[in-house]
Amino acid sequence: MINMPKILKADGMNKCIGCFTCMLACAGVNHQNHSLSKSAISVRTSGGLQGKFVATVCLACRDERACAEACPSGALEKRPGGGVILKPEKCIGCKKCVKACIVSAVNFDEDTHKPIICKHCGVCTKFCPHDCLRMEEVPNDL
Amino acid sequence: MIYEDYVRVLYINLSTGKIRIEHRKDLHEYLGGVGVASRLLEETVKPELEPLDEAQPIVFAIGAGSTVFPVLTKTVAMFRSPLTGELGESYAGGRMAMTLFMAGYDAVVIQGRSCKPVYLAITRNDVEFKDARALWGMSSDEVGRVVREREPGRGKRSIIRIGPAGENMVSFASVCVDTYRHFGRLGLGAVFGSKNLKAISIVGDKSIPVKNFKEYFKVYQEIYNRVTDTEIMSKYHDAGTPINIEPLNAAGALPTKNLRQNVFEYGDNISGETFAQKNLIRKMACTGCPVGCIHIGQFRREFDKGHEYEAVSESYDYELLFSLGSFLGTKTSDEVLQLIELAEHYGLDAMSAGVALGWATEAFMKKLVTEEQTLVPLGFGKTQSYLKAIEYMANKRNDFYKALSEGVNKASDLYGGKEFAMHFAGNEMPGYHTGYGAIIGAAVGARHSHLCNGGYSIDQSMKEFDKEKLVSALFEEEKERCMLNSLVICLFARKVYDRKTILMALNSIGYNLKDEDLTAIGERIYKTKLRIKKALGFDQMSVKLPKRLFETPSMMGQLDENVAYELLGMYNKRVEEMMAGA
Repeated sequence: MINMPKILKADGMNKCIGCFTCMLACAGVNHQNHSLSKSAISVRTSGGLQGKFVATVCLACRDERACAEACPSGALEKRPGGGVILKPEKCIGCKKCVKACIVSAVNFDEDTHKPIICKHCGVCTKFCPHDCLRMEEVPNDL
Repeated sequence: MIYEDYVRVLYINLSTGKIRIEHRKDLHEYLGGVGVASRLLEETVKPELEPLDEAQPIVFAIGAGSTVFPVLTKTVAMFRSPLTGELGESYAGGRMAMTLFMAGYDAVVIQGRSCKPVYLAITRNDVEFKDARALWGMSSDEVGRVVREREPGRGKRSIIRIGPAGENMVSFASVCVDTYRHFGRLGLGAVFGSKNLKAISIVGDKSIPVKNFKEYFKVYQEIYNRVTDTEIMSKYHDAGTPINIEPLNAAGALPTKNLRQNVFEYGDNISGETFAQKNLIRKMACTGCPVGCIHIGQFRREFDKGHEYEAVSESYDYELLFSLGSFLGTKTSDEVLQLIELAEHYGLDAMSAGVALGWATEAFMKKLVTEEQTLVPLGFGKTQSYLKAIEYMANKRNDFYKALSEGVNKASDLYGGKEFAMHFAGNEMPGYHTGYGAIIGAAVGARHSHLCNGGYSIDQSMKEFDKEKLVSALFEEEKERCMLNSLVICLFARKVYDRKTILMALNSIGYNLKDEDLTAIGERIYKTKLRIKKALGFDQMSVKLPKRLFETPSMMGQLDENVAYELLGMYNKRVEEMMAGA
C-alpha cells in the first residue's frame, strides 16, 4: 500500500495544556488569518477553565457523510479516507452542512460566507507541543 | 494596530456610560504594551487626586506582537497604585491579550465610576454596561462562573474579575484573569472596586488577515521550534517555577519567617518536587504559549465530620510558595495550597498578603500588637490562624486588619516594627534574598518588583561583586525590559526573544525597525515611567530600606546597609543623567 490517506485524530486531549497553537496554525496556514475563528479545529474547555480541554475536530466520516448529504449544491465532495473537500465555487453559504454535522465540527466563516472544512492536512499536529493530536493512515474508502 | 501605523484605543467612561475610539498615530513610536500604556497613563492620571478617586484611570494594553508570535501572551495594566501611591504596573497572561487582539483593541482606558456595580462586556462591535449588583460580594471564582454562563464567545473569551477584597478596596487586592492568572501586584483590584467595576468579559473573534504570509510563517515556525526545543520548555513546564525553592533555600536566599531566616528548615516539604509528587494534577498554558507553565495543585479538604471531603485545586508558583510558604513557616504543601485558595477566593495579591502576615506575626510576637487586635494567635507555621487572618484582612475586620490591608509600610507607621516591615517603597518584598542586586533592583525598579530589572538574577550570575557593574546591569536591564514589555513578551521566554529575533518578528508583520530603534524605544518608555513617578511624588533618595535586610545574611552573606544606600545613590545618578539629557 502506498500513499494511504491520513486523517486527524485528537485522542491525546488528556495531555492538552490549552495553548491554542493548533488553532492559530490552522487559521494561519489554511486561511492566512491571525484569528482563532478561522480554524477548523476548535479547542475548548468543558465547564470553564477548571474543566478538561476538549477538541472538536472533523471525524472524517466514511461511507455516508452527513455534511455532504445536506449540501444542496454539491460543494462538498467526498475526500479519500474520510471527510469532505470544499469546492468553494459551488458553495452558496446556506450553512446546512454546519447544522448537519453531529459533532459540530463545521465552523462557518462569516467573512467569506463559506464553511470552514478540515482538510486533514496535519498542520495542527505539527504545532501541538504535547502530542495531543496525530495523523492516522486509513484505507482509501472511495 | 497590526499592519497599521496607529494604535487603536478604546476609552470607556463608567460615569457616563459612553465610549469612544481613537486611532493614535503618535503612540506608534511606543510600539505597544507598556510603552503605549505608560503614555496613556501619563495623559490621564491625576497627580493631585487620591489613587482611588473616580477620576483616576485604568489602562490596559496588549503588545506589538501579542498572540501573533509564540509566548507573546501578556497584557499590561497601568494605574495609580493604592498601595504605593505611585506608578502601578502589573502583567497577566491567560486569554486576555488574545481576546483584545482579536476584538481589535490595542489599548483600553477606563475612567469614571459607575453609580451601581457593573460588569463590562466588550466585543469587536459593542461595549455593554451590565448590571452586577447581585454579583457584588461574590468570590472571584463564583463571579467568573456567572459571567461565563451569561456571556457568549466560549473559547474566544477572557473574563477578568475581582473578589471581595477588591470591593473593599484592600490596597493589594488583585484582579483574577481566566481563573488561573492575575494582575496580582500593586492593587489593581482596589481600583476596580473604587469604580464599582466587578468584571470584564472580552470576546475576540474578528478576522485579521495575515499579510506577507511566507515571511511571517517562516519566522513563526523558527520561534516556535526554538521555544519547544530549548531548555525553557523543561525549566518552566516540568516542575515549573516552584523548582526554584530548593536551590534558593540551599543557597541561603529563601526569605523565611519574615526574613528572620534565609533558610527554611521545612523547605523540602514545599519544594517544586514535593508539589509535583503530592499535589500536581495538570498543567495549562496561556493562549499562544506552547510552554504551559501553569501548574495546578490539588488538596483534599474535610469539610465535615463523617468522612466528608472535597477536592480543591489551585494554581501555584514560586512566589506564592515563598510568600504563603517559607515566609510564614508553613510546613506542608497542602497547607500552602489552602492559604493560596483563600487569597484567591477573596482576591488578594498572594505575595503582599503573605508578607503582610509575616510582619503581623512578628509584631504580635514582639507584643507591638495584642491578640485583641489580631483576633487569632498569630505564629509562624500556624495555618489555622493565617486562614482566619486572610479573611479578616480582606474584610477589614477591625482597625488592625484595616491598617494591615493597606500594606506593611502603612501598618508599621501605626504600630511600629518598621525595621522588619519587608517592603520596597511600599511594595511587599519578593522571594529573593540573593544580595544587593535583589534589594537595589526592587528599590529602584519602576514598580518596585523583582521583574523590573531582575536584580536577583544578576546576583546569581555576577561572579565578583562590583558596584559599578551591578548598577549598570540593573539600569540597562530596566530599559531593556521596558522594550520587551512593549511586545508584550512573557519574560520566561526572554532568552528566545533576543534583539535579532525581535527585529525579525516585528519586521515580518510590517514594522521597519533597526537595533538602535529598540534601544531608543526602551529608553523612551523608561523616561515616561520616571516622569509619571516624579509627578506622583516619588523620590528615589527618600526610600528607606528595612533593617532586617542587613541583619539576616543573604546568599552573598551579610550585607552592609551603607553599601546599599551608596548603590541607591549611584543608580539615582544614572537616572538623573539620563533625564537631564532628555
